[in-house]
Amino acid sequence: METVKVQDLTANDLPWKIRYDASRCTLCGSCVATCSFRAIEAKVERRRMVFSEGDFPDPQQRFSAVPVIRQVSTLVSHCRGCGGCEKVCPNDAIGPIRNIDNRLPIVTRCLSGDSIKRGGRKNLESTVRTLDKMRVGRISQMTDPSLDAQRHTFDLLAPFGRILPAGKLPFHLGANGELVNDGQAPPVRWIYPVVIGDMSIGALSWRMWEAVAMAVAYLNEECGMPVRMCSGEGGVPVRLLKSKYLKYMILQIASGHFGWNRIANTLPHMVEDPCGIIIKIGQGAKPGDGGLLMAQKVADHIMAIRGVPKADLLSPPNHQGLYSIEESVQKMFLSMNAAFKFRVPVAIKVAASSTSVSVFNNLVRDPYNIVGGFFLDGVDGGTGAAHEVSLDHTGHPIVSKLRDCYLAAVTQGRQEQIPLWAAGGLGRTGDLAADAFKMMCLGANGVFAGKLILQMAGCIGNEMGRCNACNTGLCPVGITTQNPTLVRRLDPEKAAQNIVNYYLAMDQELKKLMAPIGNSSLPIGRSDALITTDRAVAERLKIQYVC
Amino acid sequence: MCRIGAIKSRNYVHPSLALLLMQSQQKGHDNSGFAMVMQDLGGLFEGYKHLPTLSMACTDEGLKLAEDILHAAGFNRVLQWVPETNNLPGLDIIAMPNYVFETFQYPKNYRSAPQKEKEDLLLEMRLQLREALEEDDLGFVYSFWPDVITLKEIGDPKDIGTYFNLWEPDNKFTAKVITAQCRQNTNYDIVRYAAHPFFLQGYTALANGENTFYQKNKEFQAKLHHGYIGFESDSQCFLYTMHYVHRVLGWPLNYYKHVITPLPFEELSSRPDSDVLLAIRQSLAHLEINGPNTIIGVMPDSTLFTCCDAKKLRPIVIGRSEEMVVFSSEVCGINELLPDRNWEDDIYPHEREMITIDADLEVQRWRQ
Repeated sequence: METVKVQDLTANDLPWKIRYDASRCTLCGSCVATCSFRAIEAKVERRRMVFSEGDFPDPQQRFSAVPVIRQVSTLVSHCRGCGGCEKVCPNDAIGPIRNIDNRLPIVTRCLSGDSIKRGGRKNLESTVRTLDKMRVGRISQMTDPSLDAQRHTFDLLAPFGRILPAGKLPFHLGANGELVNDGQAPPVRWIYPVVIGDMSIGALSWRMWEAVAMAVAYLNEECGMPVRMCSGEGGVPVRLLKSKYLKYMILQIASGHFGWNRIANTLPHMVEDPCGIIIKIGQGAKPGDGGLLMAQKVADHIMAIRGVPKADLLSPPNHQGLYSIEESVQKMFLSMNAAFKFRVPVAIKVAASSTSVSVFNNLVRDPYNIVGGFFLDGVDGGTGAAHEVSLDHTGHPIVSKLRDCYLAAVTQGRQEQIPLWAAGGLGRTGDLAADAFKMMCLGANGVFAGKLILQMAGCIGNEMGRCNACNTGLCPVGITTQNPTLVRRLDPEKAAQNIVNYYLAMDQELKKLMAPIGNSSLPIGRSDALITTDRAVAERLKIQYVC
Repeated sequence: MCRIGAIKSRNYVHPSLALLLMQSQQKGHDNSGFAMVMQDLGGLFEGYKHLPTLSMACTDEGLKLAEDILHAAGFNRVLQWVPETNNLPGLDIIAMPNYVFETFQYPKNYRSAPQKEKEDLLLEMRLQLREALEEDDLGFVYSFWPDVITLKEIGDPKDIGTYFNLWEPDNKFTAKVITAQCRQNTNYDIVRYAAHPFFLQGYTALANGENTFYQKNKEFQAKLHHGYIGFESDSQCFLYTMHYVHRVLGWPLNYYKHVITPLPFEELSSRPDSDVLLAIRQSLAHLEINGPNTIIGVMPDSTLFTCCDAKKLRPIVIGRSEEMVVFSSEVCGINELLPDRNWEDDIYPHEREMITIDADLEVQRWRQ
């Protein structure tokens, strides 16, 4: 008999329990070798067997030592439900099961005295997404015919850069009655309306980052789709900085300035300008918090690229020395613009917040015309690492806030002067084309997505608490880890191929949505094309209520 | 569906020609209305080309109110023409009590003012009148501009013609440019303001088709100019963009086509003027039109033009003789007016083309 030790951590306290069938297990060891979290281990169990051998009942017992697979019940090595064991088991003998009696949020705090940190996404899944409450309900028919998604030509491009109002364009009338552009205007890039969001080398494994870069190069060079990726705050390999492929990259600078020493030093050697610069002020998944790269992920190459020692890398929650929006415009934007001689558009990325419209208004009214994009990131976005309380309990949904910013521009007649880009859980149901399309109808010029790109490559995390261990450096699929053994699990070519194929599919789907509303250009601000059966959504977003 | 037509003639012509032009196309529209704008006026108005004429349909109270407002502003009436109406039983027309065509002398302090100031005053007055008459449904103010007359009514175009005695040609009521459209607006509410042609400061536009970018056009235009109001029809957007590009921005007319149906990025980038075209496309993205449509426009100098959507989803035909150029949604309309013309000279404009007809009836085909 053992005494009850009520404080001990057991499998029943953890979010996932291991289902194990000893009778099917061949003890091949694949599951134990696969589990990057060390959440299962081989153990020996003492088994008692009662038997009788004679003609008459003569019960006897025999004890034997049987090797089995057991769940490890510790805070560090608990099961994240990734299902790696299930994937490799030849006999379907093992797999994780969600435990609704999970006590981990309590016991972790009790045992560690520290706030819980994790990666991934918000785990408070409760209601149907607003985007799924809307449909494209304005269908062209009869006198206003639908277009043919297969045969018509469509212009699927979005602006990145500050756009001047027509009256301020530096035009004069030429001798032959033609307009001549003889002044300077801010640079504007026309790019694919779905940007690959900012995920740094560091947050991602070098193979994953390379896979994304490869996919982007392939989409541009072979598929003719001007897709751009954002570097994230963590630097860029020098070889890429010096290559012609730099033009497909949007470089990010955040409050930690990680990697910018190398970028600045490489400036004289660049053969192409980058597509753009994003100054990251905030992130939707953990607004008000700076970037966080746990020490366990700061491998040698990360130390080299970022120029840092092996330690937890915490970007400050704000850019030091910036106390006002106006100041930020003058200081940061001007210096970033000047660094590339005003040839490269500079945008801002902020977390969606109740105050976003004020920030947007300040920027759109700035007289210098140097803010080239407003990247607004909603609460449902992902992150490599954050405090769980921030992830789950701070933030603002993207849909209404994007709409608010667009309508603020409408009120001032300043639509598209600063292009609006939206993110934060877009594509969460796997259908990014539909989400992107609806956001554009509400006023976004384009969208950006990160988490979904990882899912294309094989990330198995979800909003129901599966995995989300990006912070641990133990990513079971080699995407958010710097552990060489784990990184090798990811085939970068295959990941790149998946991303390319997803973009090709999404491109077709965007056309299949544009065709029935009769548009060959992106339907920016076409809220008349959307309907909803939810009165509150209709009222809030100013779209048609239907029933 | 709308049917639209336009006549530009060397000599003054009577609106009966416009009725004739539209009648043969009646199977293509729903006989629910008729509207026309006459420019470069002859007959009674020929001697008053430099003075603004008010075109209005209103109640007695509305008429008094409008005249009071104009008098208060210093305008003096110099000519009034009230069309003789035949209120025969059985006519399909929802008539207003009064149809007013009155020409005014400018207020004294404006008589030697620069042209632009006069033009702005006329717009202000029309907007003021419209607002005043709108309150109690006292009437509709269509245009207040020199050398321009507008008539719009709900009902069967044939009966509207009979009501206003427009089937009988005469020399009193003529013009060199007449644009006409049959059908009341059926996409939105039936209001007289929704019927094209629309007119603003010398610019006239009418369209056959849809503007699927109506919402974004409307939201953008509403802040561009205080004269861009109403939006009772998606086709009004075509007029406002024309006015904005040509008058406010001062760009040549060709750029109107670049604004409303910009070249695809791929085509645009290989052009020598790509920097200008790209800048226009990005600055005026919200004035792009989408959806099927053909536009007929008249400029302040009476230049007539047409262009259509980027996929040529709505037809238009141009027929001509020595004396006259006729635009029509269907060729049968032109056949009525110019049966003896050389059909081989008819023009069927394509999606990247803009056809303009100048004062000498010279046809210019401009390729985008």
